[in-house]
Amino acid sequence: MTVRRGAVGAPAPRVEGLAKVTGSAAYAYDRPVADPVYACPVQATIARGRVVAIDGGAAAGVEGVLAVVTHREAARLADTADAELAVLQSDAVAFRGQFVGVVLAETPEAARQAAGLVRVEYDEEPHDTELRADRAGLYTPEQVNGGFAPDTDEGDVDAAMEAAAVTVDRIYTTPMLFNNPMEPHTSVAVWGDGGDEGGGGPGEARLTLYDSTQGAHVVRSTLARVFGLPPERVRVISPYVGGGFGSKGMPHAHNVLAGLAAMAVPGRPVKLALTRQQMFSLAGHRTPTIQRVRLGAGADGRLTAVAHEVVEHTSALKEFAEQTAVGARMMYAAPNRRTAHRLAALDVPVPSWMRAPGEAPGFFGLEVAMDELAQACGLDPVELRARNEPEVDPESGRPWSGRHLVRCLREGAARFGWEERAAVPGTRRAGRELVGLGVAASTYPYYRFPGSRAVVGYDGSGRYTVRIGAADIGTGAWTVLTQIAADALECPLGAVRVEIGDSELPPATVAGGSSGTASWGSAIVAACHAFRGAYGTEPPPGAEAGADMPRDPDAERFAMHSFGAQFAEVRVDADTGEIRVPRMLGVFSAGRIVNPRTARSQFIGGMTMGLSMALHERGVLDHRTGHVVNHDFAEYHIATHADVVDVDAVWLEEEDAHAGPLGARGIGEIGIVGAPAAIANAVHNATGVRVRDLPITPDLLLR
Amino acid sequence: MRVGFTVNGREETADDVWEGESLLYVLRERMGLPGSKNACEQGECGSCTVLLDGVPVCSCLVAAGQAEGRRVRTVEGLAEGDRQAPIQEAFVECGAVQCGFCTPGLLVQAHDLIERVPRPSDADIREALAGNLCRCTGYEKILAAVRLAANRRAENP
Ligand code: FES
Ligand code: FES
Repeated sequence: MTVRRGAVGAPAPRVEGLAKVTGSAAYAYDRPVADPVYACPVQATIARGRVVAIDGGAAAGVEGVLAVVTHREAARLADTADAELAVLQSDAVAFRGQFVGVVLAETPEAARQAAGLVRVEYDEEPHDTELRADRAGLYTPEQVNGGFAPDTDEGDVDAAMEAAAVTVDRIYTTPMLFNNPMEPHTSVAVWGDGGDEGGGGPGEARLTLYDSTQGAHVVRSTLARVFGLPPERVRVISPYVGGGFGSKGMPHAHNVLAGLAAMAVPGRPVKLALTRQQMFSLAGHRTPTIQRVRLGAGADGRLTAVAHEVVEHTSALKEFAEQTAVGARMMYAAPNRRTAHRLAALDVPVPSWMRAPGEAPGFFGLEVAMDELAQACGLDPVELRARNEPEVDPESGRPWSGRHLVRCLREGAARFGWEERAAVPGTRRAGRELVGLGVAASTYPYYRFPGSRAVVGYDGSGRYTVRIGAADIGTGAWTVLTQIAADALECPLGAVRVEIGDSELPPATVAGGSSGTASWGSAIVAACHAFRGAYGTEPPPGAEAGADMPRDPDAERFAMHSFGAQFAEVRVDADTGEIRVPRMLGVFSAGRIVNPRTARSQFIGGMTMGLSMALHERGVLDHRTGHVVNHDFAEYHIATHADVVDVDAVWLEEEDAHAGPLGARGIGEIGIVGAPAAIANAVHNATGVRVRDLPITPDLLLR
Repeated sequence: MRVGFTVNGREETADDVWEGESLLYVLRERMGLPGSKNACEQGECGSCTVLLDGVPVCSCLVAAGQAEGRRVRTVEGLAEGDRQAPIQEAFVECGAVQCGFCTPGLLVQAHDLIERVPRPSDADIREALAGNLCRCTGYEKILAAVRLAANRRAENP
């Protein structure tokens, strides 16, 4: 069953727009709380070893300090299976910046001053933070993020490479990257015993968190397990979230630290916000990658072999294996295909999700290699990709639910003026500048996660409330879910109020994997239909009906992915090597677009993050200390207004008949995928210099 | 110490202010004005931008004591009564807001620009907003919003 068109597809303005432009939207740290206590963490200054002594005496003497909590004082947690969340449970230090204590005080200044006075002595062990492809101890994880097999091997890649008329065999690298949502990770925690906002009976310990998260329910269930509470005694409230990009997708150590700290001052809310600098060791990051890509093809450019083998890091404390090579399994037709992931477990902070984990770094290697292959075959890069379109998913053999990559490429080429691209690199000049155009393909899987439930209630006077514990981290979910509900209820947009961002609401899966609209949206459609089925169009006030996200039989029968074509123009100053990107265009095929206004922003935002990844972002680990030395915006650069000139995103008008009731495949992540490769390929077209290591900086072009 | 200044047209005071306390902290935690955001606390992101005697400053870098006796205007004070400032309306209309965390600082900065420069060029806008980081929007729609607000303001001063 599909939803009638009406609100869906219209560019409805953000429902929470007014709250955000007036400053009245209360993010986690902004919630007015009575009698707050301020927490400042103490972080390890070694990368590996043990804490042998802590002297909190001077800290405790600072006026206003209420408590100094270290692993000696902290309560024992009920579940420490997740080592990242086993905060202050032992004397072991697994990475530099790890929490070794926390100071609580009446003011943040006192807390911070006192945290600086906590003396920690360590028994330091030699640490190892350096990722190299030739290092000892690389291992194959059991699976990579998303539940995929780490390795695949089909046909005989080596023999096909031997026999191929044209080959590319290169190493591509991407650096350690940091999500850096603008809102720092925040948790305001209060323990109560009923009667407060958390509710519940007297005498029952209850934890309430005002949190900055992509999933109130996952924070609740995780913290309930860690603290040994039934889930209904943990409440997580997070209506407004200042971005996440994956880093707020799962609870991190600071959530547990806030909960532990608040135990020292029961009844008083403890405010903990990581500083920008602390985020670089405590809020997840994208692993650096070393990617060997091998392509073998006939002289006509038809691929016979694709191999994508990746070396990346994880933390010795907890494994996170980015699925960097998984996209290469389905992207192009080739009879011989191999992918592999090898990990080094290092003494580094715990890596995690960052926008399009897997595809974002993986499509730098793969799509620059495709450009190199086009060059080697003397083919236009658009044409090369068109020649390697697989009829069905090469990995599963399933038909595509809708694969329109070639349409995206051709449409983009026409709009972008691709015919102006110089066939010979380094030959187009405009004054002092070398001009180049580049293209790359993009893809992202369609995910719909089970576990969401929506409840629709009729408030009387023509007004409906739709409740679901979803999250809007800036994506537009709030608005889009309102549109979906209005159409499913066949009522005006203004008649629907959507409540999200609270674990007291019916459960919802995390805002991740570009899955929100499809997962929550289809639960809402089901709930609206259940409501109308039970009450018709004249419901009594107080009427209510709910539904779980329905199962989707098509998901097992089709290969479902979004696709896109990314185009970039670069201008390189011939004397200084300065790289500017005056134009970018993305053409996407993502199924139905529920709201063009919020969608365009999502695509363009993703592309800009890709530009930032191409030219600016690089976390620098000092291997002597294990420290991310450029841990702030002064030195970890992200794109600013001045870097972004004309970035545009368009999409194919379509509806994926197999992608649930909405026909939408998700748009949050695909924008970043392929953008760095398009820029790298444009830099090559402009200068003739092939850069295989991100970020692309002027010095690399002046050699 | 006691610190007093005018915020959005109202006299406000705060007691027991420590000398090192930032204007941002006093606004947010003592005066109940959490609109201005703290995203770096070291002058790199612009999320905390407010007007101090009409001049945009990073309030995380201004000591509260420096504001003594002066005029502060925050995002909460951009509207005239119930009427949003043109820049606020334009941000919503153009889709220049996503997560909204950078928005208050950007609004204050952009409001200042269009007050000073009636018809700013794109280069003027980029320059004026270069110190305000946004991780969500890709800036395109923010530019569009500033252009729209500036045009409206120029047409109906
Ligand atoms: S918080 Fe003041 S500039 Fe970032
Ligand atoms: S809207 Fe999220 S940082 Fe700008």
